[in-house]
Amino acid sequence: MYRTLFPGDLFAEFERFQREAQRLAGPSTSLRGLGRTGFPALNVGGTADSIEIYAFAPGLDPAKIDVSIERGVLTLSGERRSDLPPENESTTTHVKERFAGRFSRAISLSDDADPNRVTAKYRDGVLQVSIKRSEAAQRRQITVQ
Amino acid sequence: MNNSTNKELQTDRDVPSIMPSVDVIEDASGITLYADLPGVSKDKLNVRVEADSLTIEGELALTLDQGMEARYVEIQVPHFKRSFTLGKELDPEKVAAEFRDGVLKLHVPKTERAKPRRIEVQVA
Repeated sequence: MYRTLFPGDLFAEFERFQREAQRLAGPSTSLRGLGRTGFPALNVGGTADSIEIYAFAPGLDPAKIDVSIERGVLTLSGERRSDLPPENESTTTHVKERFAGRFSRAISLSDDADPNRVTAKYRDGVLQVSIKRSEAAQRRQITVQ
Repeated sequence: MNNSTNKELQTDRDVPSIMPSVDVIEDASGITLYADLPGVSKDKLNVRVEADSLTIEGELALTLDQGMEARYVEIQVPHFKRSFTLGKELDPEKVAAEFRDGVLKLHVPKTERAKPRRIEVQVA
């Protein structure tokens, strides 16, 4: 019942969590992509004509998420309100793991990202930012005469 | 203090899953739990009570375009799962759930018997 009060177990748990986070993050090559336990978690995918960024940010007001692109860097920022009640005698917080507070994450975009053709949508707590690649950079099939 | 929300180590090795982050708050009426389940739609969420354990499970469904390649990945598994042990003082029949924007809110009330009662001290 009071297992988590023993320091040994608590540290073991924490270490396990860190290992898990590291495993989930995988090796990263980007200087700005090292926020392993950062909020929101990010997945980035690419298709032939667009770059798709998924930010796992549940419980946000979409109107208050700030998405901006400046000099090839996409920044997602905002604030997540805590759901915990204010400290008082009648309530006890047993577990507090969810992120609360201001957040900001940035990703360097590849050179072919077109900052003028970006769409962002928020659904089920995931923000999906879709950035089109500039047409000049897209692969084109050239017919040999 | 009666802590009835002990974390169970995940023993299910068949399906790799992510342990969702939670907040757990207790007050006189019962226990309130918030869980982060981003990308899980309402029909892919499964909350169940078996005997004295509460399990939250969800499938992450993203709209992926055909031919998409992963460039950088932090969420590698599209599956969330976490179990908790419910104490005897909680009433699993009356669990109330709300799910919005990837955040699940559960309220498990205490049984009438278990609610704190103030006992008047009589002076003889």
